[in-house]
Amino acid sequence: MTEPLIYDLGRPGRTGVTLPNPDVPETALPADLLRDDLDLPEVDQLTVVRHFTRLSRLNYGIDLGLYPLGSCTMKYNPRLNEDTARLPGFWSSHPLQHPDTAQGSLALMYQLQEWLKDISGLAGVTLQPAAGAQGELTGVFIMRAYHRSRGDIQRDTILIPNSAHGTNPATSSMAGLKVIELPSDARGNVDLAALKAACNDTVVGLMLTNPNTLGLFEEHVEEVVKAVHECGGLVYGDGANMNAILGIARPGDLGFDVMHFNLHKTFSTPHGGGGPGSGPVGVAAHLVDFLPAPLVGIVEEGEGDEPPLYGFITPKKSIGRLKAFNGNFGMHVRAYTYIRVHGASGLRGNSENAVLNANYVLSKIRNHYTVPYDRPCMHECVVEGVWADAPGVHALDVSKRLIDYGYHPPTNYFPLIVHEALMIEPTETETKETLDAFADALVSIAKEAHEQPDLLTSAPHNAPVSRLDEVSAAKQLVLCCRPIPEWAS
Amino acid sequence: MSYCPHTPTDRAEMLAAIGEKSIEDLFEDVPARVRFPKLNIPDPLSELETMAELRELAEANADAQRNPCFLGAGAYNHFSPSILNHLILRGEFLTAYTPYQPEITQGTLQAIYEFQSMICALTGMDVANASHYDGATSMAEAVIMAYSHHREKRKKVIVSPAIHLQYREVLRTYTQGMDLSIVGDEDPETDLADLARMLDKDTTLLIVQSPNFFGQIENLDGLAEQAHAVGALLCVAVDPISLGLLKPPGQLGADIVVGEGQGLGIPLSNGGPYCGFFATKKDYVRKMAGRLVGEAKDRDGRRGYVLTLATREQHIKREKATSNICTNQGLMALAATIYMATLGKHGLRRVAELCWHKSHYAAKSLAEIGYSVDTTKPFIKEFVVQCPRPVSEVNAHLFDEWGIIGGYDLSNDYATLPTHMLLCVTEMNTREEIDALVEALAELKN
Repeated sequence: MTEPLIYDLGRPGRTGVTLPNPDVPETALPADLLRDDLDLPEVDQLTVVRHFTRLSRLNYGIDLGLYPLGSCTMKYNPRLNEDTARLPGFWSSHPLQHPDTAQGSLALMYQLQEWLKDISGLAGVTLQPAAGAQGELTGVFIMRAYHRSRGDIQRDTILIPNSAHGTNPATSSMAGLKVIELPSDARGNVDLAALKAACNDTVVGLMLTNPNTLGLFEEHVEEVVKAVHECGGLVYGDGANMNAILGIARPGDLGFDVMHFNLHKTFSTPHGGGGPGSGPVGVAAHLVDFLPAPLVGIVEEGEGDEPPLYGFITPKKSIGRLKAFNGNFGMHVRAYTYIRVHGASGLRGNSENAVLNANYVLSKIRNHYTVPYDRPCMHECVVEGVWADAPGVHALDVSKRLIDYGYHPPTNYFPLIVHEALMIEPTETETKETLDAFADALVSIAKEAHEQPDLLTSAPHNAPVSRLDEVSAAKQLVLCCRPIPEWAS
Repeated sequence: MSYCPHTPTDRAEMLAAIGEKSIEDLFEDVPARVRFPKLNIPDPLSELETMAELRELAEANADAQRNPCFLGAGAYNHFSPSILNHLILRGEFLTAYTPYQPEITQGTLQAIYEFQSMICALTGMDVANASHYDGATSMAEAVIMAYSHHREKRKKVIVSPAIHLQYREVLRTYTQGMDLSIVGDEDPETDLADLARMLDKDTTLLIVQSPNFFGQIENLDGLAEQAHAVGALLCVAVDPISLGLLKPPGQLGADIVVGEGQGLGIPLSNGGPYCGFFATKKDYVRKMAGRLVGEAKDRDGRRGYVLTLATREQHIKREKATSNICTNQGLMALAATIYMATLGKHGLRRVAELCWHKSHYAAKSLAEIGYSVDTTKPFIKEFVVQCPRPVSEVNAHLFDEWGIIGGYDLSNDYATLPTHMLLCVTEMNTREEIDALVEALAELKN
């Protein structure tokens, strides 16, 4: 089942939409500045609709079934949030309008900042970062700027556990810092002795994901934070796994100095096939002055029933601006809507049920898959997709076979410290029946791995395409379907 | 309101299966001191109540659907065909993750491949990636790519002062941990010839914007040759709508072309989410950041698409990656792809022509009533006009008396332009609106 390229569906002279004739006197076009040709498709509207509708049907989404992709929090994306984001006052407001004509947006952003402060136990929040990775970059810049402002310019090293997401070290490098990787202990925690040995006056801070990527809450989190603080370092919290701890634990209360949120995970703004995300950053009181500019603040308190006047403010020692305009505001509207619908009790309920669901799945597959760190998990569990008595079968094969059963695979080969990892995050919006059926599929695949391994290694069998040759694709790069322009050849 | 389906019976059965007595028992690893904090989030609301609250907030804003809008400066009120919004709301696109499992994400992958192809066609370049957060971060990634291309040996980046100020701010934020100097924009009068004179063997990248922040089409003839003569790269930032009409930067020798794709059917949405695009030459593809989709074959010989060159990326390379980027602006890139497919060869040119004609009509009409319009260079869509009073006062008059969202106050960014306004006129502005703007501004002349 393949779909032709849109370029191959048209015919010269066709167009998908008609535009009005100019209603003003025309001005001669600048002949010497004009392009010769514009190589875009020429397709009628229905053909465009059919093309993209057919493409959509080659995709799997949360709307079609369980999407247990670990660390990605693929929960239900409420359509209410899509509708609120499309209210004309939000959808069509210009980011550079005078703040007096954008009070609704500013009030919403201010309130969202306040709620995220409350949820994290931190003192300041910026909504500007466009994604989790940009939130990390923001946080690392803030930590670096903090030390430099104190004359601590020799601090050039970030400590990162070996279970961390790849973004943590990549971000640190982008910020011009060195990375020291910390080992994990036998129970999946940061190795305390190794951490203490690495703590000295060159340390900018520690980047810690908690719960970590094994789905485990750091058992010594307070000692970890203390060790880093004692050497003058700061503790950064990667909020990728925040869905486990809403109303359960606040990073600020645990001593974290900085963290980012992923609105597209925890607060259910849709992933959209890889974005847009939104990665607000929260900081403790001593870092508020370093937040990116601008923030939304109250510039004039309201009197009586009058709402306050909101405006933009620039923190005193701001690290600067991370992107143009006001962050991914459309995602702010969706997250605001999501938090408003849930309230404090609903948010805590989400985390409780997310953790319940993950432990439930783990309980049903524990006897069929190796569980490398067998403790009660948080919102996700990690098992090994490999068996000593089923040689030739790998975690990737289990994943591909799950597609045949109608599920999106879990995260594969991550965290790196687990051999042939399968990282399963069911989320709180799945029913018990769905989890039962998914666990049954995993059990049945474990059986197949031993009895009919070919079924796994040749999977998937009923997807739009079979396994694709990624090695050849990277060697013989074809990244564009148009001829190379004459001036480039 | 909650989207969790569990009944008390479900929870009891599941806890029994796990072997725990209560949900609270699952959280014993959390230090008791901080466990279960009380949050001050207000009580839950129903869908109906939530919508009412959000509607009230939205209606407290002015917006380009209800108010004639002449504000641009990097975010534009352009037409978006109805099918675009319907198609991007399809759950298979909306609720999918990054296409790590190509067998069940061919829809997203092929759409990105088509996006890359159309961006190449538009910019006249040979490769484009799957998009960045926005135009400003695309430009920052251009700096990082050039710096890496020169193995971090060249330390100077030259930027035109006629680049969007916020973009230049983002460059400086992104490079604060690098040993780079960003120069060229200290004096707002600096032109391309001055910038070319700053090129030297220490220059990694020269960045210009055309149409520039003032809507002016820069004369790029010979600029690439001058940059290449000292071994530097040239990056051109463009408005994709203008490329419906204008020569593509690739034809003019650019090594990197970046820009903000918001005009391609993506809503203003108070500044985001948008879609930065990034195109370059094949030689630099391995140094480029961002996701990249390539053609592949499956085991049965069928054509398909995969994320490729992942070995540049953070999840493989960790601290040695070209960037920390995890994703693209997936759904926004899809929107831009649907826009370019729907408008196509003829429609995009038409939009660009309408922007040309209407902005020139507005400029001429304002000149006729005695406003000084900057016509020193050809312009499209945006132009600079000098006002008789500070722009803040002019805009207050336009909004309060006429309900018009006025232009951008250039005194915010340029001390040399104390009473100058950047006006933006697109295909969305009717003659009636333009005439009203002119009439409203005429009132201030007296």
